[in-house]
Amino acid sequence: MAASMRLLVRRVIRLSHRNVNVTAAGLPGRSGCCWAPSSCRCFSDAAGDKNTHFGFETVSESEKAKKVYKVFENVAQKYDVMNDAMSLGIHRMWKDMLLHVMHPQPGVRLLDVAGGTGDIAFRFLEYVRSQQERQKRRVARSMQTPSWQDISNNYSTEEEDGPQESTAVVCDINKEMLKVGKQKADSMGISAGLSWVVGDAEELPFDDDQFDIYTIAFGIRNVTHIDQALQEAQRVLKPGGRFMCLEFSKVTNPVLARLYDTYSFQMIPVLGEVIAGDWKSYQYLVESIRKFPDQEEFKGMIEDAGFYCVRYYNLTGGVVALHSGFKL
Amino acid sequence: LLGRLSLWVNHRQCVLISRALCVQQLHSSSAGFTDGSYDGLYPGHIQTTPMQKALLAVGSGVAALQNPYRHDMVAVLGETTGHLALIKLRDRMRNDPEGYTILTERPRIRLSTLDLNNMASLPDGSFGREYLRFLEDNRVTPDSRADVKFVDDEELAYVMQRYREVHDLLHTLLGMPTNMLGEVAVKWFEAAQTGLPMCALGAVLGPLRLNTSRLQSLFTSLGPWALQNGRRSRCILSIFYERRWEQSLEDLRQELNIEPPPVTLSATNKSST
Repeated sequence: MAASMRLLVRRVIRLSHRNVNVTAAGLPGRSGCCWAPSSCRCFSDAAGDKNTHFGFETVSESEKAKKVYKVFENVAQKYDVMNDAMSLGIHRMWKDMLLHVMHPQPGVRLLDVAGGTGDIAFRFLEYVRSQQERQKRRVARSMQTPSWQDISNNYSTEEEDGPQESTAVVCDINKEMLKVGKQKADSMGISAGLSWVVGDAEELPFDDDQFDIYTIAFGIRNVTHIDQALQEAQRVLKPGGRFMCLEFSKVTNPVLARLYDTYSFQMIPVLGEVIAGDWKSYQYLVESIRKFPDQEEFKGMIEDAGFYCVRYYNLTGGVVALHSGFKL
Repeated sequence: LLGRLSLWVNHRQCVLISRALCVQQLHSSSAGFTDGSYDGLYPGHIQTTPMQKALLAVGSGVAALQNPYRHDMVAVLGETTGHLALIKLRDRMRNDPEGYTILTERPRIRLSTLDLNNMASLPDGSFGREYLRFLEDNRVTPDSRADVKFVDDEELAYVMQRYREVHDLLHTLLGMPTNMLGEVAVKWFEAAQTGLPMCALGAVLGPLRLNTSRLQSLFTSLGPWALQNGRRSRCILSIFYERRWEQSLEDLRQELNIEPPPVTLSATNKSST
């Protein structure tokens, strides 16, 4: 009894010390708003605000977006390094698989939502470029021994490079992630056909029927209202457009599932602490994976949003699932 | 003259506080989850399984060796490997009357709890004045210590935190600057005193980064002095420093059974080793 009273008194003293620190610093703006949200949370009633999950924690829906933003703001600089460390480089295979299934042809417009550091967009541009080169080589090979008819035809046709230009738009709600992505693009020397847009997956800043392909890789589980994001995807895709989603999912094999769980909960937050100095963000990551619906349920959600021919591919035994659907 | 003194002190306060704020922002970004309410035994506490602690110890050790400027990794290494040493330290504190007072009152050394004006006005040679001089000469602030995260006992976590916060005061007591040689000397003292594995590791690996002349100085005079004094001095965590600013430094050293340093080192740039 006495111990808990002591704890309470100590906590009050510590809180009042923190208050003193805030006023002594003489910076009303910044430290004031650090203090305000916690006191608001104590006194506001959550009656009008629905609750959702943030990892294994329960928070109000308005809170979740803010907390997710904070997580990605913190991890942005080390995001790529951490991906390599946590997945032992396998995430590259998953993303390559996405492109392979997508098989984009030159001239398509891609929208990569929650694309942050640009992995999918870079791969897309690379794929399309190599496709174009393959086509050119094929054309050149077929013209090794041209007939007079072919030569006269080739004089009249021009190189159609303009309409074949593929563009990729990377959209992310988090400015830090986009910043890191832009830096990567600059260092890789990629600039043509790439644009960076700040936007919310639940409310995209694009007109209807704009894009041929919509991708969202490892981003949709962070969205507060997944159904809204799916509806937005429906809206911005052209008729005939393809929706593709890479996301962590349920492992089917029970032995692998045990190993995966142990690895996730024991190893990944430790890696987060050692490499990025941030335990809690990576704890959130592994918890949010558990909260996301499984393959069949997510397939149902995509169908509800109005997509057809929805199917999924399990990668690495179900650790990651690639869902695909068409707007017809 | 008084006006100029107060201006100068205010400027110094601003400099120290602004540096502390930069560090504060660094911490608050990752501590954004703790806000007002926290789960765990104390603010910032993260529950960990034994396997996670083992992995953390190995990982932080490797990270700290690769990049010694990652103070957070050194801190994590200390927390995950120091359980037994912390228990011994806590018991030593309990057996000392002043240490027991500290364990009950839980003082924290932060800029907000220090009265810099008062300390600046103390006479030269007093503990408070020398501490302030140390902070300025070496351009450090007491607010740059990471919070304890992985110790699973509330009291031991406080002992760990106290150890971190007393580190700068120890520099003043031993008269060591914050360059590599000074840090290694303090680490040897701390290793002998506390028995924390992280201190021992730092004591062994620190000298690897010193050049030969400093190594010589370390092994011939500074090192033995640090080890001897570490062993025989009173427990440095048991001293209520916050109430002893007016005490003269020599007096405090005698009380703690610490000899003055055999070699006086100046506070040179941290980059020179």
